[in-house]
Amino acid sequence: MSDSVATEKALPSSAIFRIWRGGNGGGGFVDYNTPISSGMVVLDAVHGIQANDANDMAVRWNCKAGKCGSCSAEINGKPRLMCMTRLNTLDLTVPVTVEPMKTFPHVKDLVTDVSWNYAVKKKIQKFTPRKPDAADGTWRVQQADVDRPQEFRKCIECFLCQDVCHVLRDHNLHDEFIGPRFLIYTAQLEMNPIDAADRIPDLKDSCGIGYCNITKCCTKVCPEEIHITDNAIIPLKERVVDRYFDPIARLFGGGK
Amino acid sequence: MADYPVLEYDVLVVGAGGAGLRAAIEASSTGCKTAVITKSLLGKAHTVMAEGGMAAAMGNVDDRDNWRVHFADTMRGGQYLNNCRMAELHAKEAPARVKELEAWGAIFDRTPDGRILQRNFGGHRYPRLAHVGDRTGLEMIRTLQDHGIHQGIDVYAEHTILNLLMDGTRCVGGFAYDRERGRFKVFHAKAVVLATGGVGRAFQVTSNSWEYTADGQALAFKAGAALLDMEFVQFHPTGMVWPPSVKGILVTEGVRGEGGVLRNKDGKRFMFDDVPENYRSSTADNEEEGWRYTQGDKNSRRPPELLTRDHVARCINREVKAGRGSPHGGVFLDIAWIKEKIPDSVTHIKKKLPSMYHQFKQLADLDITKERMEVGPTTHYIMGGIQVDADTQMSTVAGLFAAGECAAGLHGANRLGGNSLSDLLVFGKRAGEYAAKYAKDHGAGKLTMSQVDEAAKAAVAPFDRGAAGENPFTIQHELQDFMQNLVGIVRIESEMQEALGKIAKLRERAARAGITGNREYNTGWHTALDLDNMLTISEMIALAGIERKESRGGHFRDDYPDKSADWAKYNLRVVQDGNGRPKVEHVTVVPLTDEMKQVIEENK
Repeated sequence: MSDSVATEKALPSSAIFRIWRGGNGGGGFVDYNTPISSGMVVLDAVHGIQANDANDMAVRWNCKAGKCGSCSAEINGKPRLMCMTRLNTLDLTVPVTVEPMKTFPHVKDLVTDVSWNYAVKKKIQKFTPRKPDAADGTWRVQQADVDRPQEFRKCIECFLCQDVCHVLRDHNLHDEFIGPRFLIYTAQLEMNPIDAADRIPDLKDSCGIGYCNITKCCTKVCPEEIHITDNAIIPLKERVVDRYFDPIARLFGGGK
Repeated sequence: MADYPVLEYDVLVVGAGGAGLRAAIEASSTGCKTAVITKSLLGKAHTVMAEGGMAAAMGNVDDRDNWRVHFADTMRGGQYLNNCRMAELHAKEAPARVKELEAWGAIFDRTPDGRILQRNFGGHRYPRLAHVGDRTGLEMIRTLQDHGIHQGIDVYAEHTILNLLMDGTRCVGGFAYDRERGRFKVFHAKAVVLATGGVGRAFQVTSNSWEYTADGQALAFKAGAALLDMEFVQFHPTGMVWPPSVKGILVTEGVRGEGGVLRNKDGKRFMFDDVPENYRSSTADNEEEGWRYTQGDKNSRRPPELLTRDHVARCINREVKAGRGSPHGGVFLDIAWIKEKIPDSVTHIKKKLPSMYHQFKQLADLDITKERMEVGPTTHYIMGGIQVDADTQMSTVAGLFAAGECAAGLHGANRLGGNSLSDLLVFGKRAGEYAAKYAKDHGAGKLTMSQVDEAAKAAVAPFDRGAAGENPFTIQHELQDFMQNLVGIVRIESEMQEALGKIAKLRERAARAGITGNREYNTGWHTALDLDNMLTISEMIALAGIERKESRGGHFRDDYPDKSADWAKYNLRVVQDGNGRPKVEHVTVVPLTDEMKQVIEENK
């Protein structure tokens, strides 16, 4: 057995956090020097600052264990969960910057308006079960057939993948592209062996799957380590291509 | 009165965890115009943290299971203080509620023949917990959320109820503020369902998120409702103990269900030393038998690590106090040892317990497939809450319903793991169904705007005091600190009396809480507004704890360490006295029917 203390890098007794403060379109960085201790994560430091120096600081959080996806922010410029970013992984000799996600409208301090995501999900065709396999209204499904959709259902809706996606972040195509979160949401529905709906036409049109040029930024920031690009987006792109752009099928007058 | 928007609904549901969402789905499916208010964003409620699974006697893994065994297990686990009718409804209806989730898009782990897989858990005789790895709560809340958004339910995210609005003795809505803008809103509803969860934030070491500030229990009490069993708080035996910043975060019972064992610093499996009499015949008496049980051997008995949570927590507490604990004040939980039994144990553990692997790796630099975890008790759940009618979930206040953790009855003195998620579904549905019926049978009640004005005035008072007032975070931290030490896992009258004195003093200070800044997403203000609810409920926990002079389930008294036959006859109920202060009464436990007696007897 190893003693977990031994693996902990020694931390200084305090550190500076450069946090974005303000709302209503304004704001700027404010530096806070706060005491830190072994094992702390960024959210602990933010809470300490909130309790002692800035009672009115806005920050979302819930579970503090990487399971709810509430405390998304950009730490030293990288989209991350504050509750899962340990201080011993950061350079504390310089201030740690903590900013709100940039892809969504700013509300106040570290809080952004993520309501667009909820509106997008509502537009995706809902789960539609096929006829049950058994008389008691249940289905028979093998584990191997649900491993893949289960991977996508690990998503905690932190929206970090949406935040980092250049189609949304840089090109602002929120009206034409649903973003990686909702591509994996669609993928788990499409790959659920119980679901009978067809979302391929929507993927091509209203979901804008063609905008994704598989740079894999989303996969890199996913705290659940979901293989967003390889396991969800690329297979969905293939389904769209098979349906609409198959040259052989087109040659023989097929395709839909 | 000020000009606040008034929103009209048939059914108002407060809380968007499992119970709240299930209630809203049910109410809206009957055609009721339904609103859900949630303090967080949709899909973030504490249900998301539930790990192990939902208990339902489907018999997919062991066909000897049925509602009768589940009922008997629940009653035994609750030390027979449960509302037996609720335990019966729960055991009978849970399978249908779980299957319904699958029909709404949930993807459970599968048995080899393609059905929903079920796992072992503490206090359940057979493998009974439908699950998805160790993230079952996420699966449940996402399924309900994704189903619910297509039902026309109006969701008010990041809203908090300040008080319930009354038309005489009937509840007719709630007065709320939105956290983002700080604006007030009046929700006028024909029926209200409280599904606000628990009270864990009143304690220092807890698995609960910031939302668990006893809102529903306190709102109901202030509206005149009776609360029940408030002395019974569950301390989950296995929370993380290191590093300090994650102290209290839950380590699922599923670790033990999959073969994980508890050891003290000498490497001894101390749980074999103390098996309660009523579980002795169903508990393994050697390590090998215990292992076989976790691997599905139907002829083996469960290992003592899977005894009920109250008991395991106290055994851990005892080892630590006796100086046999781990370096950081817990004991060791070891799943890595199964490499002796299973060829590719690393893959096996990662597959069965992915989020535990993740949690320890990231937060404690510890690989659970190779090393032992350190764990200790953490405040997890309150069995007590709003007293409800077993069938309809209506509280003692007309038009006011409650479901899930904020309601009382199903779990008695101690809740079995896995019975919470199924509780949310079974009684969330019932609350939604009967709230909808109530809304249809009764017209809209009358709003009295003076109630709104008073609440609004009190709510903004902390701004007037500004920086000169008390820091609300400091008050909250002090409450958590002494509740943990004085009304925690081991209790004694003098300490609980001391806690009452401290609560009274903190209440005076909370009335002087001050806030700077404006009303937009002001977390300090939100914390100041939560204090009253937390203090109200903390006081009740201490009062009921002092009154029950025995040890039973989650309530352990150092000065009355034994169970008493006399106390087995009563639940404790807290109601308002003439001055709005809490008063503790004895009420007779709901009597078992003859059939129930027989079911319990045949499952002894």
